[in-house]
Amino acid sequence: MKLRLEEVLHIAALARLGVTDKDVEIFQEQLSNILDNFVVLNKLDTSTVPPTAQSIEIQNVTMADEIKLSLSQEDVLANAPQRGGDFFKVKVVLED
Amino acid sequence: MRLKGEVTFLRSKWCWKTKNIIREDNLPNNTQLTIYEAHQQLKQKKISSVELTQSYLQRIQHVDSRVKALVSVTADQAIIQAQIADKMIAAGECTPLTGIPAIIKDNMCTRGIKTTCSSKMLEHFVPPYNATVIEKLNKAGMVMVGKANMDEFAMGSSTENSAFFTTRNPWDLKRVPGGSSGGSAASVAAGEAIYSLGSDTGGSIRQPAGFCSVTGLKPTYGRVSRYGLVAFASSLDQIGPLTQDVRDCALVMNCISGHDPSDSTSAPQKVPDYSKSLIPDVKGLRVGIPKEYFVEGMQPEVKAAIENAINKMIELGAVVDWNVSLPSTPYALAVYYIIAPSEASANLARYDGVKYGFSYQEGANMWDNMEKTRQFGFGAEVKRRIMLGTYALSSGYYDAYYLKAQKVRTLIRREFEKAFTKYDVLITPTSPTVPFKIGEKTSDPVQMYLSDICTLPINIAGIPAISIPAGFAGGLPVGMQIIGKPFSEEMLFRTAFTYQQATNWHLNKPVV
Repeated sequence: MKLRLEEVLHIAALARLGVTDKDVEIFQEQLSNILDNFVVLNKLDTSTVPPTAQSIEIQNVTMADEIKLSLSQEDVLANAPQRGGDFFKVKVVLED
Repeated sequence: MRLKGEVTFLRSKWCWKTKNIIREDNLPNNTQLTIYEAHQQLKQKKISSVELTQSYLQRIQHVDSRVKALVSVTADQAIIQAQIADKMIAAGECTPLTGIPAIIKDNMCTRGIKTTCSSKMLEHFVPPYNATVIEKLNKAGMVMVGKANMDEFAMGSSTENSAFFTTRNPWDLKRVPGGSSGGSAASVAAGEAIYSLGSDTGGSIRQPAGFCSVTGLKPTYGRVSRYGLVAFASSLDQIGPLTQDVRDCALVMNCISGHDPSDSTSAPQKVPDYSKSLIPDVKGLRVGIPKEYFVEGMQPEVKAAIENAINKMIELGAVVDWNVSLPSTPYALAVYYIIAPSEASANLARYDGVKYGFSYQEGANMWDNMEKTRQFGFGAEVKRRIMLGTYALSSGYYDAYYLKAQKVRTLIRREFEKAFTKYDVLITPTSPTVPFKIGEKTSDPVQMYLSDICTLPINIAGIPAISIPAGFAGGLPVGMQIIGKPFSEEMLFRTAFTYQQATNWHLNKPVV
């Protein structure tokens, strides 16, 4: 099955991944090849098999509601590419 | 100094079998100790941690320009840690890892020290906290001499996906060390540290361990905390040691294992003293050989080496069934390449150029900046997996891909569960081939994915497996994988230890 060009662009948009025309072409080819390799799974009847999301038995792990020290604001902001005072700075999110 | 081909192999073998002789490449002779040996010397005050650390830093300086295993060398920090370790030793607080030089894969957060994941995205990222494994090792008196190169975000099997450079296999510098923990494996093989930590999502500890002829363990999922490990595929990722032998592997596991409230998938099971499982006895051990792991395209020399190793186990008293079948094995590759990219696409959504990491600033608006941050910050393989995972999780395809893969995951797990009612361990090759040449597989992702065919199913099932040196084919290492049921690390150590007591493969070291 070959992915359509629009499909590749749609996935890139969902992933918020900027792509060039050349990228799209390469992805179309490579992703289609990889997806072809997934077809083998259809040979297996899994209608009565439950899915496994993780391999360990434990479930619903909760933490005690205790006050603990967290990272300082300085530590958290230390890697910020753009900082405005005590905040992360980004371009306008909601425009008029 | 480097000699070619078989001569190199034989001479290095000679060098290492007669211990305490200065290595061929004229390097400090205490850079060939195991953890166990170095610990004895430290404890008996025959050497100080500062001296030991200086030797390793010197060795790094000698060999790393050729091996290229390290993203950063943390020399100043290492000397400070060594001084602390020497004080601990003087005060009688010497644990087996106190003062021992180590290398950490560059996807484990180290407070105040760059953690790059070998990605342009995190090239300048300095974590504000330590991963739990780092906290534990620091408490034990670790000396970290450097951080290891890897495939970007641990996605790959050769380190060729590193955004910085490709690590070389110390056994043949034209070949890959395996991946993604290629720097961790190569650095231990080349004697740049006494041990290292790696992470394993589909074989990323075991395959490079096999390729570099070192011992590498992927513990049971949940045995070692993932807190502070940069997430790739959360239901598959696990941290583990790469060491020179099984004894060392047990010593590192004693330190890094255990429950961690900061990782909700961390297992509450009590941690045994793994060094107690180092018993050279496999009499009556029930060993299964799953035939599906001897895949088409496997190199005959690899097959022969593993068969020899299995025959050795029989000689040592193991009871081997050569005819075990795990029929769902051929589906593991597809399951893995749906589940791992799906989880990766979600985990890597955090790289938005806002909070940390590479950030594109010249865009028209916020969304444009974000898209270009990801376009220029991620390498080709990472993008390919984000695209693949996003597709598998997208509306209309979720059931056909992700849910289907999770159901087949159940089948694979059940087959292992059933096998372990009859066998104590399963033995397979770690990889179908010896280390391949740099550049040989980069143009074809599917070919590259196939190099993990024997290791992927183990992560899918969440069970432990160890890779140990099992011989050479044409002078290149062959790894043997021993697989056990959940939390059977002791059984793996005992089996692997018995084999290493009876063989010398793990004592061979490359001349770099």
